[in-house]
Amino acid sequence: MKAIASLRNPRVLFGVLVVLALVVAAAAAPWLSPNDPLEQDLMNSFQSPGAGGGGQAHPLGTDSLGRDILSRLIYGARPALIVAFVAAVFAGLLGTALGLAAGYFGGRLDAAVSRLVDIWMSFPSVLLCIVLAAVLGAGLHTVVIAIIVIDWTRFCRVVRAETMLQKSHDYVASAVTIGLGPGRILASEILPNVAPLLLTLFTLEMGIAIVVEAILSFVGLSVSSGMPTWGGIIQEGRLYVNQAWWLMAAPMACIIVAVLGLNALGDGLREVIDPVKAR
Amino acid sequence: MSALLDIRDLDLQLQARQPLRLLRRVSLQVAPGQIVGLVGESGAGKTMVSRVVLGIAPANTCVTHGSIVFDGRDITHLTEQQRRHLLGREIAFIPQNPMTALNPVERIESQITDVLRMHLNLDRTGARDKAVTLLREVHLRQPERILRQYPHELSGGMRQRVLIATAFSCKPKLVIADEPTTALDVTVQKQILQLIRELQRNSGTSILFITHDLGVVAKLCDHVVVMHGGRVLESAPALKLFASPGHDYTRALLAATPRFDRPGDELRPIPAVLTQRLADEARALDARDM
Repeated sequence: MKAIASLRNPRVLFGVLVVLALVVAAAAAPWLSPNDPLEQDLMNSFQSPGAGGGGQAHPLGTDSLGRDILSRLIYGARPALIVAFVAAVFAGLLGTALGLAAGYFGGRLDAAVSRLVDIWMSFPSVLLCIVLAAVLGAGLHTVVIAIIVIDWTRFCRVVRAETMLQKSHDYVASAVTIGLGPGRILASEILPNVAPLLLTLFTLEMGIAIVVEAILSFVGLSVSSGMPTWGGIIQEGRLYVNQAWWLMAAPMACIIVAVLGLNALGDGLREVIDPVKAR
Repeated sequence: MSALLDIRDLDLQLQARQPLRLLRRVSLQVAPGQIVGLVGESGAGKTMVSRVVLGIAPANTCVTHGSIVFDGRDITHLTEQQRRHLLGREIAFIPQNPMTALNPVERIESQITDVLRMHLNLDRTGARDKAVTLLREVHLRQPERILRQYPHELSGGMRQRVLIATAFSCKPKLVIADEPTTALDVTVQKQILQLIRELQRNSGTSILFITHDLGVVAKLCDHVVVMHGGRVLESAPALKLFASPGHDYTRALLAATPRFDRPGDELRPIPAVLTQRLADEARALDARDM
């Protein structure tokens, strides 16, 4: 009931629709896409959107090798979604665990974690990605690992600050005075209060991960070039932007809508979930 | 009769470049079944005493002298593990501000049952039944409904009742109440005081009641300890203290209390000469001890 009621929030509704569209596209790609995303048709290259030709409909046109753009975009949702979800989950787990511990225990542990985050954040992230790719080889797993390695700091900082804030509240002191240990207090008192923030961070991180994945596939560090990814399509379209603008515009639109949707979902859910704000 | 809580010559220092003495040789006793009022103005060190006993004094403070004996056992320097065993079960705490002392995202049920399940080893249904009984004992109507609610759905008085129910839930030997009525309006204050006295009579628990309200002390307490500037100025049975206060400061404090039964009276602030004298005495004490 509550889940349905939360859809009345326009941001949540928009976000849910976008995420739903992404999931459906990724899961049902073989049935949804009008053509094989890898099938080349050199006779019909650079068809503009809407123009039918060669007996086959290409709603969003074709690229330099005559491959159907719409089909490639639909298949491109797969790596985008997988990377975004897996990377955000693990970056969140790592950053939250360290952030909670640093924020609650303070002292030397906090100093150590905070300095590590400072140093980590000062390191150029693109360089880190390229080094990782050199070590691990290009591929989806490299992209996921790169995002986790770079972005756990984002979770860590925010969760640490929020934990320190929550720790200063009386309910934590109350929990101490009924004899709860630090593990219990972190898990059952502080974490639920940090959760709305985490949810926002998580969806935000998914959006960032989609962008990073696009960047990495743009520079050729993601999946092999044959497989369609949004960044890869942009990269290929870059060469022909004067003849065929839609080659870049269509995947860019996909990325923008996906990131917007995820951010809206995070913001909206934060409003809906918070029992104090939901009054 | 030996005291349940026996604090002797307690010194607390703030560890800084210039160490600051927060408590100056504080001694006080709470006998079994007794309600002891700890009074004093803001900054007198009342709350610090309670925090040291509970072991939740700020991290940069340190007990440098004296001892706290609870139920025949020295609890001045306990490990965290040992203290956890004591808190909630033998020593319970009623906090000052009921608006912030409950976790905003947890239902009332889990906040009460946490302590029951931890110290009494009850299972989920057992703890729930017990929680309903406890809420009835603090005169909350529809306890089943309240258990399902979040703190923001309750009024300040109801929340304080929930906190009091939690404090008394494991039949502790000592309850420390830190200004439990300060954040509430006057009519609710009275009800809460009645409730605390009722629970105390039924359970025989000792209470260390911290307040700056002498009216509350007069109504509730058997014994009164007056603090100022981190030290105890006077400790006397309540009747004696109000009839013939032994210390000039106590007298000034009583004179400064507005009285409805004598509306013509002028309000008399604590004389500056007196506070100056107290500050000098404190400095002399510090020179002796530090």
